[in-house]
Amino acid sequence: MPNIILAIVEQREGKLNRVSWETITGAQAIAAETGWRLEAAVVGSGIGAIAAEVAAKKLAKAYAIEAAQLEAYTPDGYVAALKPFIAERKPQLVLMPHTYQVRDFAPKLATALGRALISDSIGYKKDGDKLLFTRQLFQGKFAADIQFGSDGPWLVTFQTGAFRGDQVQPGASPAAVETVAAQIPEGAIRTKPEAPFKEAKQAVDLTQAEVIVAVGRGIKEQKNIEIAKQLADALGGEIAASRPICDAGWLPMDRQIGSSGQTVAPKLYIALGISGAIQHIVGMKGARSILAVNKDAEAPIFEIADFGVVGNLFEVVPQLVEEVKKAKAG
Amino acid sequence: MKILVCMKQVPQKDAPLKLNESGTWIREDVSYEVNEPDAYALEEALRQKEKHGGEVVVITSGPARAQQVLREALAKGADRAIHLEDDRFVGLDAYNTARAITQAIREEQFDLIFTGLQSDDYGFAQTGVVLAELLGCPHATIIMQIEKKDGGIRVKRELESGFFQFVDMPLPAVLTIQSGINKLRYATLIGIKQAKNKPLRKVTYAEVESSLGPNLQQIQRLYIPQKTKKTEMLDGAPAEIAKKLVDKLRNDVRVL
Repeated sequence: MPNIILAIVEQREGKLNRVSWETITGAQAIAAETGWRLEAAVVGSGIGAIAAEVAAKKLAKAYAIEAAQLEAYTPDGYVAALKPFIAERKPQLVLMPHTYQVRDFAPKLATALGRALISDSIGYKKDGDKLLFTRQLFQGKFAADIQFGSDGPWLVTFQTGAFRGDQVQPGASPAAVETVAAQIPEGAIRTKPEAPFKEAKQAVDLTQAEVIVAVGRGIKEQKNIEIAKQLADALGGEIAASRPICDAGWLPMDRQIGSSGQTVAPKLYIALGISGAIQHIVGMKGARSILAVNKDAEAPIFEIADFGVVGNLFEVVPQLVEEVKKAKAG
Repeated sequence: MKILVCMKQVPQKDAPLKLNESGTWIREDVSYEVNEPDAYALEEALRQKEKHGGEVVVITSGPARAQQVLREALAKGADRAIHLEDDRFVGLDAYNTARAITQAIREEQFDLIFTGLQSDDYGFAQTGVVLAELLGCPHATIIMQIEKKDGGIRVKRELESGFFQFVDMPLPAVLTIQSGINKLRYATLIGIKQAKNKPLRKVTYAEVESSLGPNLQQIQRLYIPQKTKKTEMLDGAPAEIAKKLVDKLRNDVRVL
């Protein structure tokens, strides 16, 4: 019996979270290299259609883990459902996307199973018999290859963008779908969630902007954002920011780019005084062209930039605004 | 309310980090600071105490240098501190760190336990959730607001893309706190003075060793990431750079 890879996909309010395709792509790649058997599972209530959607991909089997109490996501509910399922099926590897929901329950699931979780992995390496998972440390300044120090199940979550969802392989024919009735003990679910909501009506949809000029801590003071706004205006683009700028109230929350804010893929992303913390990068690494200006040559942002300037943004940006205005006028 | 805040000391954000000789960790001769989300967690605990009364206890695990984080917390208004002091605590994974904390606080009864949502060095985002499971407590992560209610608390969880969610839960509970939940206070001179007299209990590795196990995950190798992208660096005087950039924007990026 080959080892099993179990990819747990995510659904929210009855719809598959599309980042799940990235997890399946990663799982398929590992399955191809190891020869292990790929299965997928989705947790919830009335999720048969989602399981069927997943079963259409190239994998051996899909499970719908069902219970009425699982309609709304709770960590207690999900772990009560997944722990016995995993203990019984004994997958060698359990893969999930590193979403906020998975972050909320996966460490609890791993601990309940007496196992470790390698979270926010950006890829894997097969080294002979060993399977290593790569993570970024120190806000992206270093990478680490990590191995598990126990037998299975090994739990891993993949960072958004670590694999390409559009590269997921379809199956030649739909895989079997099995519905598993989860037994959630009375009183197991201790938290009462309400429905998710969006705080304020978003004034600007940054995902539609062709050009984005984003500021980070390097902008130093709120009043300095003005020069970034001038650059955005000159280029016909939108102003945006990394989280600390929004936390400080210097720009509204709907201008935030990153894991908590918006994910964008504009034609041009200009990062001013942004170091390139992982939580920010996941929100903009899909941009067609990235220009970074930062006084620190070692800033991780330069690893993903197409064009880089190691320098003082307060000197460079005003000059750039002038040149852009000239170019547009001439 | 009796609140425990788990805090971590991490290398300063702009500290120049270098690999150690064996390529398994960084060289420790850098400057350190408090993990930023943990500072927000402490601030939130202090505000809850100001509103509802009670006690704020801070705990950290790490070498002697980590005491600085506790001193600063006491200066800001925490009531007492616990230091799991040993170099060996640095290499523990989240599971073991949580076990060590659980062991250190086994004689106490906290209403709330806060951690920052993740650390700026490892970034695992796990210790708080693992702690909740070990303690048998309900938990919620990435919290932006906490309100005391009859029978427990109502918290606001941050979700992706500008979404939020309210969750009700009983106490005791573990919460991982998101940065930006509040505005950080500065320690006052009086606070710094008073901190010197506040209790700081040291816990040795030996005291918690029986609760630990081998790390279930190990860093095989730490390295500088291989660059996959070719970055074109532009230099010269600012005016020169600006002209070169406009050239790129016009001909390569095609936004002009």
